[in-house]
Parts: sequence; C-alpha cells; structure tokens
Amino acid sequence: MSQDTLFDKVWDLHKVSSLPGGSDQIFIGLHLIHEVTSPQAFGALKDKNLKVKFPTRTVATVDHIVPTDNQSRPFKDNLAEQMIETLEKNCLQHKIRFFNIGSGNQGIVHVVAPELGLTQPGMTIACGDSHTSTHGAFGSIAFGIGTSQVRDVLATQTIAMNKLKVRQIWCENKLSNGVYAKDLVLHIISELGVKAGVGFAYEFAGPAITALSMEERMTICNMSIEGGARCGYINPDEKTFNYIKNKLCAPKNENWDEALLWWKSLKSDANSIYDDVIKFDASKVEPTVTWGITPGQSVGINQQIPLLEELSPNDQFVAEEAYEYMGFKPGQSIKDTPVDVCFIGSCTNGRISDLRVAAKVLKDKKVSEKVKAFVVPGSEKVANEAKKEGLDIIFKDSGFQWREPGCSMCLAMNSDKLIGNQVSASSSNRNFKGRQGSPSGRTLLMSPAMVAVAAINGKVSDVREFIDR
Amino acid sequence: MKSEFTPPFGKITQIVGKCISLIGNDIDTDRIIPARFLKCVNFDSLGKSVFEDDRETLKGKHPFDLKENKNASILIVNSNFGCGSSREHAPQALMRWGIKAIIGESFAEIFYSNCIAIGIPCFTLSKKSIQVIQKYIDNKSLFLEIELKSSLAKSKDLNFDLEIKESSRKMFLSGEWDATSTLLENENLIEDKFKNLPYLKF
Repeated sequence: MSQDTLFDKVWDLHKVSSLPGGSDQIFIGLHLIHEVTSPQAFGALKDKNLKVKFPTRTVATVDHIVPTDNQSRPFKDNLAEQMIETLEKNCLQHKIRFFNIGSGNQGIVHVVAPELGLTQPGMTIACGDSHTSTHGAFGSIAFGIGTSQVRDVLATQTIAMNKLKVRQIWCENKLSNGVYAKDLVLHIISELGVKAGVGFAYEFAGPAITALSMEERMTICNMSIEGGARCGYINPDEKTFNYIKNKLCAPKNENWDEALLWWKSLKSDANSIYDDVIKFDASKVEPTVTWGITPGQSVGINQQIPLLEELSPNDQFVAEEAYEYMGFKPGQSIKDTPVDVCFIGSCTNGRISDLRVAAKVLKDKKVSEKVKAFVVPGSEKVANEAKKEGLDIIFKDSGFQWREPGCSMCLAMNSDKLIGNQVSASSSNRNFKGRQGSPSGRTLLMSPAMVAVAAINGKVSDVREFIDR
Repeated sequence: MKSEFTPPFGKITQIVGKCISLIGNDIDTDRIIPARFLKCVNFDSLGKSVFEDDRETLKGKHPFDLKENKNASILIVNSNFGCGSSREHAPQALMRWGIKAIIGESFAEIFYSNCIAIGIPCFTLSKKSIQVIQKYIDNKSLFLEIELKSSLAKSKDLNFDLEIKESSRKMFLSGEWDATSTLLENENLIEDKFKNLPYLKF
C-alpha cells in the first residue's frame, strides 16, 4: 500500500469517515458541473427534498452541447437549448456560480477551472466528466464521477469511494524536438494498455515531466483515464505556483504566502512508497498516432500498424475489430494515410499553447483542398488571447475555420460531426467507434502540431520533417 | 425493452434472470450510448437507444435485438467493459433496457462505480469461465440465480463462484448503495471538514 505520496496526503486530509461497507467518505473540495451530467442530479435532489450543501464549492460552465458556429440564443438545436436553460435555472435556484457564454470565462470545464485559478494543489476535485483527471496536473486529486455521485456531492459535498493504489510513471530524459506531451501520453498508454490503470492513481514524474509546461502537464493528466486510471497527478513545483499566481480565483496577499507554504508540503516524500513504479525513456518517443479504436492502439509515425501476431493474445481481439473498422491492413504504414477532416481543440489540446504550436506550423501555408479543417479554442479566454496574438488570422489564412469555444467534435454533441466513414486527424482524446458523430467515422489521435501538418498535406505526416524543411 | 420501468430500491440480495452475452473487449460507454442521446435532462428514454449504432450496423443481429434475448436481465461481457466517458447514461440505458446485473472479466472504474450507485451489481469471473458461459448461451438459454451474500450463481447445468468487491457486496445487502442518506448521516463530520480544510480559508 502506498505511503506518503501526494495522493496519500490529500486523500487522508479529505477523508470524512470510513463507511460501514469499507469504502471511504471523501470530502470534495471543488465540484465542477456542466449541462450534460448535472440535470438529473438536480432532479434527484428535488425528488429527495435536499439542498445543495455548500453552493460556493460548486462552479458551473457550459461546454458539451454549445454550437461553435452560431452561439446566439435560443440555440437552433432545441434539445441543446433546453439543456443550457436547465443549467441556468439550476445554478440560479441553488446560487451556484455559472460562467455562461459571453461571460469571458466560459469554455471547456477542464480548460476553464485552471485558467481561473480554481484548480489548486492539494484539493480534491470532482466533475461528472471522465477528463477531470486533467486537474491533477496541479497536484490535486481529481477524478470523474457519474450523475448519482454528482447528486451526492451537491447534497453532501462528499462521495463514497475506495482508496486507489498509486503507480508512479517515471519519465526519464526529455522529449525531442517535434515531440509533444500528447505523443508521450499516447506512447505510455500504448505500452501499458487501456485498462492497466484500473484501481490506480497515476503519479507522473521524472525529468521529462518536470520539463513540461503546465498546459503540457494537463495534456498528460487529462489522458490518464484513457489508460484506465481515474486519476493522474503531478507533484506541484514553481511552474505550478507561477501559473496560479494572480489568476482570478487564486489566493491573494497573505493568503498567497500561506497557500504557497502549504502547497510545498504536499508533494510526495523522497522516500514515499508506491504500489508500483514503471519507467519510460521520453527521448525515445516519436510523434505518435492512433490507428485503432482505443487510445491504446497507437504507433510512432515511422512505424507500421502492428501485425496480429505481434500483439499479446489479450490485445488481438480488439485489434481485429480495429483493422476492420478503420479499414487498415496489418503491417501498413500509418504515415501518408489520407485524412478528410482536421480538428484542433478539446480539453486535451485546446489551450493557448496548443493553438500557438499549430499556428506556427500553419503560418504562410495552406490547408489541402481535400481537407475540412477547423479549430475550436478551449475557452473564451483562450480565444481572446489567440486573437490578441493574431493566431486566428493565421488559422483563417491557412484555410482553417475559426470557431467559438466548446467541446465540439471531440464527442460531437453539437453539429460538428464526421460524415460517413470520413477519417479525422484530431487533437482530442478518444478514437472510439462513432466517437466523432458518425457511426462509421474514423479518428486518428495526434498532437495539434501533427494535426496541422496533416491538414496541409492532406495526409498523416511527420511534423519533424516539416519543421526542418 | 421493458415497457414499465421500476428502478431498484433498498436491499438487493438476489438476482434471477436470463443471460445475454455481448462479446468484445474495451466496449466503451460511447458505444453503449452514443453522445447524441445525452441531450436529455432525464434518463427516461435511454433504454431503447442502448448500443444504437452497433445495432444499426448489425441490422437486427446484435444481441440486444435477438428475439431469444428478449427479457434477459443478466449481461455477460468480457474485459474492460464500460471504458471511456463517465456518462451514467450508459448504465442507466442498460438498466432501462432491462439489465439488472453484469458479469464480466473486468470493468472500467467509473462505469463500475456508476453501476453500484444505481443498483446494478457487477461481478467478475475468469476469462475462461466467461467463455464457458458465452459458449453455452450460443446454443441455449441460461437462467442464473445469483445470491449476493454467497456470490454463487446457480443454474441447471452451470454453477459459478462469482467475485464482487466486498464493499459493493455490503452496500447491496444493506441497501446503502443508494449512498446519499448514508453520507448525510455524518453531517457533523462534513461540517468539521469544511471548517478545517486549509485551502477553504485562502
């Protein structure tokens, strides 16, 4: 059993009681809600005649269903309009802070909370969304919950949960040029598999992780869940503190000094005990692209799609399904695969640094005529900053459509969808069958820079060659 | 799909029903309920849309469309079932279709906790035993009688020692899987925590 890790410290601090069944009752320091997984929870509160226990500890925004072309109200989609209205009404009634469209602070919940300084080290953070693991980048313990647990957090500010084990994922050396956090996390998941993390929190550590910016760290923790780990985190350091400083909801003045002192005490002790440790060499990671129907099915850009016999018996089942669905032959190169749609955005890679990297690639270039390309900033703040830097112009000049903030085609709950069996190069997090809105649509996950290059060439390409050229 | 739906309530001690087998590893919650069906403010109408896209692709051959699986209530699955999105809509859709318990090689974590929270026990069995069940169902109907207390699953021809997390078993037997009231019992402790957490003062 793990001891003295950040996870142990934060868990113990938030433990309210041991429940009769053997699980722990854990206090949730910050609860984030959005329009998709909260309405039924508010409905259940009403049915049970319960109130929101601590309204100041819940914060809302709207992201999944928002259109990215025309955001004027009422939305064209009646169901989407009904969902945002329900959230507005619930927040008003229960006195919950709501960052609505046009507030300047709306966006994907996992982009918004960090940029507002809501996400801080040492917190427990829950949200009805599996990518809540993102917030672990700040040294918080953050995980996705279902709607019944959203109800429990609203009513009690606690949930019943079994303590997770802790696996340290140590990343040695550093990423090479043209290789990004997305590539590293895709590589880790392909090595460990999509269910290796079940029952674990992942602590990402080592020089390659320390070298990452806060936004890159969020990309890593965001995809912990794709490796099966409900929670992923990184010990906080100076970069963490500098990122939070002066944000809207960050501690101020003497509170800042006190916070800093406390935050510094949280990191895993030098002699802490882990349930498991796995080491990676970050310098060996290549730009990585998924070829299959789970985020674990990826290869380096210069590798071939694996042959069936190269895979473990457990992985062969899904691999066969993936070859058929994706229309790939075993042994085929992933490089040069033609793409129809290019999407830059999502809680994984929709932040300002992602847009900067992609814009750098796209500057003075044109998107292939065969490709529909669009960029969806992760939040209104990201969009405004990008405009200030002129990135929107670079995107538009290259042939990318510039959209309004939201989750968009990561999960295609709005009108941004693949059509038929189109292939998308996507900076998002899931390549599941039908994920991007068409039951036969095909998704290739990659870094934003790789999506930008794919858009220019109309096919999967190696960003490193492109930068050198 | 059942025409009338009554959610489970109170103690869950026994599940009796016909098995339905769904073969495949890493079946994610987007497949169980595609995102477009999440545009709803209640769960009521989800049952009929469970596995919508997979069913459409298989044109009537999907296990959830086969006549012999009508009224089945125990779902048999393989490894890492329910991975991906945390949408509780997935187990809610399964439950509203008629599923009351799931037996699989393994489950994704958030899906598992969502199932517990809405009263669907999830049991695990070895890969080999799951295959025995799935092969059996290929030829004839399998009716299982599952006792939560002993984790025994009995039928005419096959018997299994199922596994379930001890904390989950206790919650079903006591009725505390519906957690809100249990959590509220510690109201004073919750208030104390709220007053004493360092960052709530910052």
